[in-house]
Amino acid sequence: MKGYRKYFGKKLLWFLITLVFAVILNFVLPRLMPSDPVSSITGKLAAGMSDAAAVREIYEHYQEEFGTNKPMVVQFGMFVKNMFHGNFGKSFSQYPREVSDILASSVGWTVALQLPAILVGWILGNVLGAMAAYLKKGFDKVLLPVSIFFGNVPAFAMAVVLLVVFGVNLKIAPLAGGYASDMIPNLSWPFIKTVISHYQLPFWSIVIISVGGQAIGMRSMSIYELNADYVKYSRFLGIKDRKIVGYVFRNAMLPQITGLAMSLGTMMGGALVAEKIFSYPGLGNTMYKAVVAADYPLISACTLIITVMVLLANFLLDIVYGLIDPRVKAAQVD
Amino acid sequence: MKSTLRNIFHSSKFVTGFVIFLFLMVMIIVYPLINPGSPLEQIGVGTFARPGTYVSLYDAAKTNPDRERETLRLPDAEDKRLARALSDSDRVLMVEWLGLKGVSLEGVDYSDTEELLKLWHENYDSTFKPKGMTSAAQKKYKRLNDALLALQTAENLTVVSDGETLSTIKKNDYVNVGTVANVKRLPLGTDNFGRDVLKELVGATKTSLVVGLVAGVVATLIGLTLGLLSGYVGGVVDDIIMFVTNLFTVIPGFILLILISYSISPELRGPTTVAVVIGFTSWTWTARSVRSQVISLRNRDHVNLSKLSGHSLIRIVVTDILPYIASYVVMAFILQVSSGILSEAQLSLLGLGPKTTVTPTLGLMMNWAMSYSAHINGTWWAYLPVILTITLISFSLNLMNTGLDQVFNPTLRD
Repeated sequence: MKGYRKYFGKKLLWFLITLVFAVILNFVLPRLMPSDPVSSITGKLAAGMSDAAAVREIYEHYQEEFGTNKPMVVQFGMFVKNMFHGNFGKSFSQYPREVSDILASSVGWTVALQLPAILVGWILGNVLGAMAAYLKKGFDKVLLPVSIFFGNVPAFAMAVVLLVVFGVNLKIAPLAGGYASDMIPNLSWPFIKTVISHYQLPFWSIVIISVGGQAIGMRSMSIYELNADYVKYSRFLGIKDRKIVGYVFRNAMLPQITGLAMSLGTMMGGALVAEKIFSYPGLGNTMYKAVVAADYPLISACTLIITVMVLLANFLLDIVYGLIDPRVKAAQVD
Repeated sequence: MKSTLRNIFHSSKFVTGFVIFLFLMVMIIVYPLINPGSPLEQIGVGTFARPGTYVSLYDAAKTNPDRERETLRLPDAEDKRLARALSDSDRVLMVEWLGLKGVSLEGVDYSDTEELLKLWHENYDSTFKPKGMTSAAQKKYKRLNDALLALQTAENLTVVSDGETLSTIKKNDYVNVGTVANVKRLPLGTDNFGRDVLKELVGATKTSLVVGLVAGVVATLIGLTLGLLSGYVGGVVDDIIMFVTNLFTVIPGFILLILISYSISPELRGPTTVAVVIGFTSWTWTARSVRSQVISLRNRDHVNLSKLSGHSLIRIVVTDILPYIASYVVMAFILQVSSGILSEAQLSLLGLGPKTTVTPTLGLMMNWAMSYSAHINGTWWAYLPVILTITLISFSLNLMNTGLDQVFNPTLRD
């Protein structure tokens, strides 16, 4: 138990350190941007005003409100303090909406779309990869090139192809959005039905791609394990094939869990772009709108929330990994 | 070395990938020679011209009737002309009317123009007015009938300029495309800005490959240097480098990429800058794997021997360690190139790609097509070739990688 505590403590410490760095990067990078967003929002509001003093006053008012007139360090202090209160300031492009308000309405969509899609893709990919390694011959000959091909179709390309085939040509799926545009989100049966029908295309576009990538990884790992000495030895001992296969795939699975943790960030990136193609009301689409409108509190908050989600997922996977494979914990503690 | 190369080219996967990649390379070198000029030149005034060959109407009408025109009597010319002139909505109207009249439409193929017209002329009656049909609708059918009659009795076309008859074009006059001064082949049509898509695509493929290569070189150089240093030197250097590497591994690279791209002003964001930024956010894999390989190498006998001989650190690394990890580094590099191209495309789709008015990239083309909803309008030529090219590039690079992997890791062979 002591070993576990040390392992988890170490992982938690690492999670906190990365979190701090992520927050700093999220704060500093968007503020290096050359253009002054406050002047652009003032310009919008003061359009047609001829009194220079009044424009100046509006500018200063917004500077005060967004805190851009204070030194960087003070701004950072405010940023961190507000972050803990879940307050990311006001959005520039959708002023006076709160950033946290915009995020709250899109995070749910992204998590509900990507988490199941990435997990389903991962599980399906591992099963297919393991089968390819075990069955070999025809199955492998077909599966490997197909997997390599689908693993290499960019997420946005898969999104466009699915959208054109099923949405535009076959007309069996809606073209855009997360629910029918004439509805207000609520918990009624017709609303859930439109959500499900809008969910299909984005979901499958992510699943198909992650299946390809995961299948290739699992196949190589399984082949490696199937050729290991312990497998040969077990065969000599006359242990049933089914039992051996069980052991082999459990061992091959382990690196795949790390693989999932590692590729989480990459997968999210691709899926964010897919969200934009489907105009899905998630973070990807919100971020795209924020980029177009040069809305840096919103961009910064989007990237921060995605980073925190990925870091958290990594942390949880590390914990799970430590529980499943005691060797990892032992190696880390030493 | 020679036998390694032979082994590599015996791998069917590597060869397939290599051939596809070579084909793309040849395309981007040869095509600009055939069709020179800026890939962003706007030749069309409208948007999304269909793929095909465009013949200048003016030049065709101005051809010399005696020398440059031929009379061809093609039996199905009239049918084709009618079929083309009869729009789908006209056909629907005709069928509608025939149905109202009570004509049996069983076994009638609506796409068969001849049969449909025959039925129409046999049955049409301008005085027929069933109950409930407005006189406006009756007139609509009348106009259709007039148009159909005009189509079939149409005479020669006369070209007139300033009141003077230039020439008469008969229905069976033909002109050889070769004698028309201006003929433009647009195999992939034009895009939303009226640019030649094929030319743009070739230019974009070239830029994207350069972006991928630069990103790959930057990522591999950083990763290799850090990996070698941290693996070979060890100690505090190793601790620091591994800390930074781990940090960059967990913080999603794509998010970092978005943040950095966003902080660079659009004017400075050329393809090379974007490529360097991409390389700068994707070196962690190479660093980690190089480090673990170097650690397993650094206590080998030949390395120790070099150390005892007093060779410098650089010499030991270059002659005793690099050759052993070269195959691995090459494979990692190939993957970096492929993911660099993808990253650029994804960035561009989020509106953060290179801002350029000189060269297109595959991502920018995709972004333009999407912003003008080419995928919903059904103008496939604006986005499908781009998707195919990106997929082919990354497919070929990954095939090459898998092939190399099987050559260098015999356990993975079939």
